[in-house]
Amino acid sequence: MIVADQKPINEILGMLERYDKVLFVGCQTCVAVCMAGGEKETGVLASLVRLARQKAGQPIEIDEAAIQRQCEEEFIEPLEADGYQAILSLGCGVGVNKLADHFGIPVLPGLNTGFMGHIEEHGVWAETCAGCGDCVLHRTGGICPVVRCAKSLMNGPCGGYTDDGLCESGTGAPCAWIAIYKRLKELGLLESMTETSPPKDWSKDRFSGPRTRVREDVRL
Amino acid sequence: MQNNVTPDETETFEPKIIAFCCHYCAFAAADLAGTMRLQYPPNIHIIRLPCTGKVDALYLLKAFEEGADGVMVAGCEEGSCHFTNGNLRAKKRVHHVRDQLEQTGIEGERLEMFNLSSAMGSRFAEIAHLMTDRIRKLGPLFGNESAN
Ligand code: SF4
Ligand code: SF4
Repeated sequence: MIVADQKPINEILGMLERYDKVLFVGCQTCVAVCMAGGEKETGVLASLVRLARQKAGQPIEIDEAAIQRQCEEEFIEPLEADGYQAILSLGCGVGVNKLADHFGIPVLPGLNTGFMGHIEEHGVWAETCAGCGDCVLHRTGGICPVVRCAKSLMNGPCGGYTDDGLCESGTGAPCAWIAIYKRLKELGLLESMTETSPPKDWSKDRFSGPRTRVREDVRL
Repeated sequence: MQNNVTPDETETFEPKIIAFCCHYCAFAAADLAGTMRLQYPPNIHIIRLPCTGKVDALYLLKAFEEGADGVMVAGCEEGSCHFTNGNLRAKKRVHHVRDQLEQTGIEGERLEMFNLSSAMGSRFAEIAHLMTDRIRKLGPLFGNESAN
């Protein structure tokens, strides 16, 4: 899922300063699961903003909505934004982009979108894939070296890991390549450690510009 | 009335305080306070919850939005929650909402969590006085913006 975090309340209040009638739109998919921008978080944020503005003597009218997915036109379509000066989206960045394309009024981001990740435990999310476009997990025992190795090494480890197996970057994270070694050993696939990976095709990564995927067979 | 001495506003202001109380301890303590004929301010409006673990940020904020000047959450003592750790979860949520309120310019002291057992009727009355006095001093949540 896409993992995001709510922006600091003061930043949000700053973005809303010039408006007094705004629609808050939550998204019921990834950001609802990571408890950043679902229906409930939208309600909590709207409540806080109304209280803050009332306290500052500048009341604001906020209506709340939450749609299934802000990244899909068919879910955005039924949303009415007439009469609002702006929309505050609690979707991920994709949702904000999409709402901004759709509506002719300013759409503001309520979240800072972070990463693609998984739920480690209730209340803890961790990054697991960077969407590099050229997956190598078959060679690394299902542990992503792009994300989990600080240097995104394809032929690790770098040799800088600490005695207790932590990455030398000092983040406190375990060395990805030690984890890869252990996993491959468990799987009886250690010999793949001896194969040198060819240079990775980074042209499929996002740094080569925005990516588009087309499947002609399913286009209408 | 006839004289021109304005009574201290903080003394005449009657705050509205919502108290989210858990069924097994705080609510029972409030009940006991009544049975013991203890006086406590009528400013406290109790909402009974099965456990303070039911407390949600939205309940707390909505209480303020709907006109409360103060909100308290009262649960079992730490370590003796009827549902093991609902009160500890409530504590974290209360702290989180307090932080957020403070960031928006609203006094965090308007929101407080208390822990007491079902046998503590007099403690309930004491807490009711404490919260009422505190909120009375802070003044109404809204209505004095121009003075800020
Ligand atoms: S190698 Fe690339 S696609 Fe595979 S998990 Fe890592 S970032 Fe994602
Ligand atoms: S210590 Fe391990 S995880 Fe850190 S940069 Fe080196 S190989 Fe990558």
